[in-house]
Amino acid sequence: MSRSTVGALALAALVLPLAAGCVSNSDTPSANGSSGAPGVLSVSSTEDACDVSSATAPSGNITFHVKNDGSDVTEFYLLGEDGLRIISEVENVGPGISRDLVVQARPGNYFTACKPGMVGDGIRAAFTVTDSGTEVGPTGDTADQLKTAEAQYVAYVKDQVGALIAGTKEFAEAYKAGDDDKARELYAPTRAHWERIEPVAESFGDLDPLTDAREADLEDGQTWSGWHYIEKDLWQPTADKNGGKEYTPLTQAEREKAADDLVGYTQQLVDQVNKPDFTFEAFQIANGAKGLLDEVASSKVTGEEETWSHTDLWDFQANVDGARVGYEGLADVVEAENPDLAAELDQRFTEIDALLAEQGSIEKGFTYYDKLSQDQVKALATAVDALSEPLSQLTATVTGA
Amino acid sequence: MSAPTDPTSDQPDSPPDDSTTSSGLSRRAVLGLGGGLAVAGAAAGFGIGRLTAPSPDPVLAAGSRTYPFTGVHQAGIVTPAQDRLYLAAFDVTATTTRDDLVALLQRWTTIAARLTQGLSAGPYGPASGPYDAPPDDTGEAADLPPAGLTITFGFGRSLFLAADGTDRFGLAGRLPGGLVELPHFAADNLDPARTGGDLVVQACADDPQVAVHAIRNLSRAAFGSATIRWTQLGYGRTSSTSTAQRTPRNLFGFKDGTANIKVEESADVEEHVWVPSSAAAADTTDSAWLAGGSYLVARRIRMRIEPWDRTSLREQENLVGRNKGEGAPLSGGTEFTDPDFDVTGRDDQPLIATNAHVRLAHPDFNSGVRMLRRGYNFTDGNDSLGRLDAGLFFLAFVTDPRTHYIPMQTQLSKNDGLMEYLEHTGSGLFAVPPGIPAGSFVVGADGTPLTTRNSPFVGQGLFA
Repeated sequence: MSRSTVGALALAALVLPLAAGCVSNSDTPSANGSSGAPGVLSVSSTEDACDVSSATAPSGNITFHVKNDGSDVTEFYLLGEDGLRIISEVENVGPGISRDLVVQARPGNYFTACKPGMVGDGIRAAFTVTDSGTEVGPTGDTADQLKTAEAQYVAYVKDQVGALIAGTKEFAEAYKAGDDDKARELYAPTRAHWERIEPVAESFGDLDPLTDAREADLEDGQTWSGWHYIEKDLWQPTADKNGGKEYTPLTQAEREKAADDLVGYTQQLVDQVNKPDFTFEAFQIANGAKGLLDEVASSKVTGEEETWSHTDLWDFQANVDGARVGYEGLADVVEAENPDLAAELDQRFTEIDALLAEQGSIEKGFTYYDKLSQDQVKALATAVDALSEPLSQLTATVTGA
Repeated sequence: MSAPTDPTSDQPDSPPDDSTTSSGLSRRAVLGLGGGLAVAGAAAGFGIGRLTAPSPDPVLAAGSRTYPFTGVHQAGIVTPAQDRLYLAAFDVTATTTRDDLVALLQRWTTIAARLTQGLSAGPYGPASGPYDAPPDDTGEAADLPPAGLTITFGFGRSLFLAADGTDRFGLAGRLPGGLVELPHFAADNLDPARTGGDLVVQACADDPQVAVHAIRNLSRAAFGSATIRWTQLGYGRTSSTSTAQRTPRNLFGFKDGTANIKVEESADVEEHVWVPSSAAAADTTDSAWLAGGSYLVARRIRMRIEPWDRTSLREQENLVGRNKGEGAPLSGGTEFTDPDFDVTGRDDQPLIATNAHVRLAHPDFNSGVRMLRRGYNFTDGNDSLGRLDAGLFFLAFVTDPRTHYIPMQTQLSKNDGLMEYLEHTGSGLFAVPPGIPAGSFVVGADGTPLTTRNSPFVGQGLFA
């Protein structure tokens, strides 16, 4: 048995109890193949055939090792007894490519289907899941819960964006009027509304860099705009913190343009999320929650986000808030699918919030990043890692539900 | 001897544990056999007598492999990528004169020629010579086989022209056009202490101790003239430069360099790697000395390992544009199938996403340019937050960075989805002079190269 196969099996053993979805892929079929291991089946999809190595499997975790042996892009589905309800699927499998579909299945009658060329009803066959005695979660009954979660999350996004545009206008006015003290005071709490929903902004192409680029993110000759451009002007660096160059404050005209641009880009975000067709699907919410913690890990916990104002902890808290809201909307589904994961996430969110509370709050203000001790930074980073790891299982849990 | 005299010869891929299984020829053994047969065989490139080499001994083959130091091009470029790297950038010290610099390059060239052929750094070796003098070789490689060591030298822009415009060694008029100041790419976070340098030495070997031994002895030979500015240790080559090598994996767990230029693709090597003699005509300076050379781009790319490991396989594969197991493009086929960027899947979205690394780095989207990559994985301990300071030490040899690196990196830094998990923390660009001809060495009584005032050196054309 090759090392990668051992690794894949060990990983499968580790992951599958947590997650029930298309989570695992191994291009090396396990050494004992589809015939040996129970619950592992091979599927060969061609132009005119969808050969599944067995028409039955015991209930519990079932892995379909799908290989596209045809010349068109293909998809593979496990459908419910009515032939309509999609239990799970893999899509966009290129010719010659293999991909695993891992699914939790209860005893019952199903259909397997390959869809070469991704058109029509596909090449179907009856498939039976026999009762192995293994307890299987409430697979497939969560559509309504997910719809509710999506609607709640969209409402949350609209609420945050509403607060963001109001705060941004106030901030911009103060900055334009030369009331720098007020602008500095409004800067971090206003940005919190942005940081809570940043994955949504990221889904609208250039809006994120236009609004939130840091100076180091730019390439030579690129125009800088957005929050951090103004941040630098409000917390002006000394020459030794500015690459040896004396910082030149923005002129009044530049200030006005910077402020108006920021309001303009923010308004674009408002318009986007208030379009009638704006949706954010469950998997996007779950990925977004994980993405928010990645943001914390890559720039907030290192103090790189707010280089001049050192208000990184406001962003940190806001990212955690956003991830928590995303998770809480999905919590019922997670609870049903994987109570251990739900319990761990609840605990980790509580721990990280408690740690942040030691340093303040968005309302009352936080310790500035440059005043934190190395030990405090390390403790925060450790808490981020502790939360991020189980949070990375969220998408697979939700899409497998 | 198993020493190939031609780096393009068909070398079997070396298993990763060569150095531990081979009981190969040690340096001491080479020296112990004196200046006759063994040295001549090992050092065929010196042209000091080519005896018929005995047929390769399969046990000795791997670890005792040597590559000629001499040739039209320097070794260590199209040489099948060895498993380990130690690269050092040096700064020439303020008191060094042009003559001192030449003397340094002569010492370095002689030592490199010796070490790459399995000889000690100096003629006495690590455990011989005057009893009251330090040994002329530091000794830690004494019992190790040559391990395919190559040593490659290059010159940084600051050697020609200091940041303040000073012409330090009368070389400003010889600055080649491609040796530019690299621009700040989007999201660059370069550490000055890991960036730049007047000189670079790339030591590659299948045994890390052999590579480190080389840099250590060269650094020792540089004291008074040049000091180390930064170094980088690399393991697990991330590129194959020969079709005989299997494609290795980077620390993202993906195969890397599948589409790399291979030495067997001689027309592409000519076009994309070596500086043609016509390049000088386009320069306002006298840069003819670089013909037959290349440019080395070095980038220390830290990977955000921990967030990456929490990323779904779906996202990982979509960001790369290949599947993780086999390395096949998501458009279908197997590892070496050409990616088809037009194949679409659900919702008419391309199977290889518009921000996928394989798309943005592909010649089709970069005016047809290719690079010869020779990168390595690195792990330099951890940061204060308990994260691995690890990533890819990107090395590429190109005919002109203005056409073959800067446009592509500009595009990647801006649009590559992988950039979310990458941070460029160090950088260097160096002009790599051509090789030195076989048979030009001054040799001592034992037939091995010596340093004299007339010794040839790498980059001699620059000072002519």
